[in-house]
Amino acid sequence: MSSSADAFRPSEAFLRRRRLIDLGMRAVLFLSAALSVFVTAAIVYVLVSESWGFFTEVSLWTFLTDTQWTPVFAQPRYGILPLLTATLWAAGIAIAIAIPFGTVLAVYLSEYAPAAVRETVKPMLELFGAIPTVVYGYFALLFLTPLFQTFIPGLTGFNLLVPGIVLGIMILPYIVSISEDAMRAVPASLREGAFALGMTRLQTTFKVIIPGAFSGITAAYLLGMSRAVGETMVLAIAAGQNPNLTADPREGAATITSYIVQMSLGDLPHGSLAYQTIFAAGLALFLLTLFFNIVGFFLRRRFREAY
Amino acid sequence: MVETPAPTFQKPIAGETESGGIGGILVRPEKLRAEVRNLSFWYGDFLALKSVNLPIADREVTALIGPSGCGKSTLLRSFNRMHDLYPGNRYDGEITLLPEGRNVVGPQTDAILIRLRIGMVFQKPNPFPKSIYENVAAGLRVRGINRKSVLDERVEEALRGAALWNEVKDRLHDSAYGLSGGQQQRLCIARTLAPNPEIILFDEPTSALDPIATARIEELIDELQQHYTIVIVTHNMQQAARISSYTAYMHLGEMTEFNATKEFFTNPRHERTQQYITGRFG
Repeated sequence: MSSSADAFRPSEAFLRRRRLIDLGMRAVLFLSAALSVFVTAAIVYVLVSESWGFFTEVSLWTFLTDTQWTPVFAQPRYGILPLLTATLWAAGIAIAIAIPFGTVLAVYLSEYAPAAVRETVKPMLELFGAIPTVVYGYFALLFLTPLFQTFIPGLTGFNLLVPGIVLGIMILPYIVSISEDAMRAVPASLREGAFALGMTRLQTTFKVIIPGAFSGITAAYLLGMSRAVGETMVLAIAAGQNPNLTADPREGAATITSYIVQMSLGDLPHGSLAYQTIFAAGLALFLLTLFFNIVGFFLRRRFREAY
Repeated sequence: MVETPAPTFQKPIAGETESGGIGGILVRPEKLRAEVRNLSFWYGDFLALKSVNLPIADREVTALIGPSGCGKSTLLRSFNRMHDLYPGNRYDGEITLLPEGRNVVGPQTDAILIRLRIGMVFQKPNPFPKSIYENVAAGLRVRGINRKSVLDERVEEALRGAALWNEVKDRLHDSAYGLSGGQQQRLCIARTLAPNPEIILFDEPTSALDPIATARIEELIDELQQHYTIVIVTHNMQQAARISSYTAYMHLGEMTEFNATKEFFTNPRHERTQQYITGRFG
């Protein structure tokens, strides 16, 4: 008997090799994690250092309060407000469309739809993500805008309304897909418990499933919001390139992203103030997205109901 | 609860068995709260219950035992139509609520209304992702009861009824997930008790709990039978012997033997029942 036990004792060499593989893997995993931290830090560093030069020339106050953005004019003005409001208009319209429709659709797919419907609709929705954004842009500019002009008076060829709507359609699949996953991840035992109390499907959804999936649903909204704020192509094509501080989404206006893409297409001398505006605008965009993420973090912590 | 004369079988039950009783039913409880008659159930094409009969005594504990896959949980989950949640399931026969005579599994019966009357406690504690208070209040809010004074009173009553009040009264608004497994299960019992159901179904309620928590739940079920009609599925024969008044043994979707618990365990009539309770089978 003792000889057979010895036969299964691992050799020293085997154990050493196993230990080495374990250490090696740990190093690889650590480096992958460190890389993403490093890249993020590097991006923030470039943004901040390049904007630094800008803010030594233009005061933060001017940047935040001036109502004109004309960096390449003879009389340059550096107010971010026109770009910021256009960004918020477009993203706001997108969110106002995508969150209600996306949530309703996710609830339907997760709680009501027969499996066959869900398995058909979800992949089709996800296919929307495969459409290049430039196609969405021209869809907004050449198809939807002329269509909308027939019944919305005063809608100009470049406007914020239509690209906002198209942006909403664009981020809808993300919101549906992630919130549906979160709702379906709520354990079946909770669903059964709710039904066993005599809840209807709707009560189960609103009293148990959505609170249980809140964390994932917020993540879906945030991702959608960040995509809408950061989206470039649709707005650069269909909202125009003209910085325009306006409260009317029927007008065209350049967003932060369309300004950045417009500037990087031209040949601005490296290190010039006009060149640095790209980074200042980028930094503003970064802080805006960061702000949404922080709000989301606290919302999640406040309303999260772990199961 | 209205006192009514013990109802008699309204129609003959199919299937004389070798044990002598009709459909394995060897005793008829004096006062019934419900009665299963010739109930068959299909999961898709699979026949999981084969024309099962079972009387449910009023304000007593009825235990369902049998080997895994015998259909005892399937039968229990028919009482509140939990099978309706999944496609492809089909019932045939009757589960009659007495004295009114409504057939729980009848096509005209609204499953949601049935679930408002018949509560269920599950195998694994499944509190909602809410506070302790809101868990117990959930069943009341479903019924449109939202007055704080009413809720407060009923939540306390239910938690006392589930022997949990003293442990949680100072943290009613904390998450239910901070409780231990045994406490969570008692919370689920309180949640079930709060709206005052007519029948409570227990689906192996102690199988995920340690022996001490199990003993507390058993004590609790013993107290609850003064006011509630209880049907419990259990893997544990000792548990059935300890807490039930009537015991039913099922085998491969059939009702093999139903008798008063004492008689069932001391004098099993059917060979399979004998084998099961002496541990030679199952």
